[in-house]
Amino acid sequence: MGAQLRVYKRRIKSVTATKKITKAMEMIAASRIVKAQRQVAASTPYASELTRAVTAVATGSTTKHALTTEAENPVRAAVLLVTSDRGLAGGYSSNAIKAAEALTERLRAEGKDVVTYIVGRKGVAYYGFRERPVAESWTGFTDSPAYADAKRIAGPLIEAVQRDTAEGGVDELHIVFTEFASMMTQTPVDNRLLPLSLEKAPVEQEAGAPGRIMPLFDFEPSAEGVLDALLPRYVESRIYNALLQAAASEHAARRRAMKSATDNAEELIKSLSRLANAARQAEITQEISEIVGGASALADATAGSDN
Amino acid sequence: MAAELHVELVAADRSVWSGEATLVIARTTSGDIGVMPGHQPLLGVLESGPVTIRTADGNVVAAVHGGFISFADDKLSLLAEVAELADEIDVKRAERALERAKSAADAAAERRADVRLRAVAGH
Repeated sequence: MGAQLRVYKRRIKSVTATKKITKAMEMIAASRIVKAQRQVAASTPYASELTRAVTAVATGSTTKHALTTEAENPVRAAVLLVTSDRGLAGGYSSNAIKAAEALTERLRAEGKDVVTYIVGRKGVAYYGFRERPVAESWTGFTDSPAYADAKRIAGPLIEAVQRDTAEGGVDELHIVFTEFASMMTQTPVDNRLLPLSLEKAPVEQEAGAPGRIMPLFDFEPSAEGVLDALLPRYVESRIYNALLQAAASEHAARRRAMKSATDNAEELIKSLSRLANAARQAEITQEISEIVGGASALADATAGSDN
Repeated sequence: MAAELHVELVAADRSVWSGEATLVIARTTSGDIGVMPGHQPLLGVLESGPVTIRTADGNVVAAVHGGFISFADDKLSLLAEVAELADEIDVKRAERALERAKSAADAAAERRADVRLRAVAGH
């Protein structure tokens, strides 16, 4: 076998092996999207009931709470960035990081200090490489986050919001994650979790039940007590929802990236086999012409000796 | 037939139970509370404890660990971070957890296991 042909054959073999791997990853990601979506759906009743309760307290009482009041002069904001632990998901993590950068830029322009919290190894690596300060980071669960993970993240964040600004506390809490719109569309979004934007709540209420007034609630033990207990749970559930959506988006992004990798491998195999075929054909042609040339030289030689 | 209220018992990651009931007894931070149809709108903080839902075909008991109770318009929602129906609780496992928590002097875990066992007993 010719050297050229051998090189092509070897490359085809290696690309075929790669294609098998990417195909497997694509299929695994595809099955996990469904699971992640189911988790998002399963967490929805809790989130919507909680939102309803928060709306009820916020509109039904005049209580002021540290987590609902806007600071007059916000000087520090926390940004929670949700990225993935693993790569090979196309632009998934870098898009989320870009969105966080844009948000950080905007907050800085408004004269606020930004404290960054990160979920996922990719984000940690990005900030670590650039030696940017990170207040706290969590890794190891972005594939399938549990409620306990959201609780672990929410703890320090709520504590930071409740601390006094002068002692290093934050006035605002933003979260950047990748929203799962559909199998094909996932967009990085930034949301402000705290202070609660209450203007939004009554609008949602109207949309759900037009013309209905929230009933006057009896609070047990007290409106403050309920708010104290309710708001941290609300933040946790929002973070949990963000983590679940981010997980679904990650799997969808990985599936798409692996699908195009598989397609590219197929394309490569096709063009390599064409080249290999041409090389083989060239080899055969050369051999034939060598044989024909040799034979005619031999014939010429014998014809000469005959005379 | 007596008036009924609609109950939704949801945990953070799933919906645990929903249906019609005549009475719901839950433990709030200021004591046990019973809610019947037509109760005044209510929003309370739950302690971890057993929740009893009385339906036309008998009682449903669940162990609830922290959360809220909210009631309006004959619709009652019980929100809990963790909630288990008595049928789902593995008694042996809860007993083991109780022993372990006692020996490790972990008050929170001990209480959780205790609530589970009481929910099963109340069934």
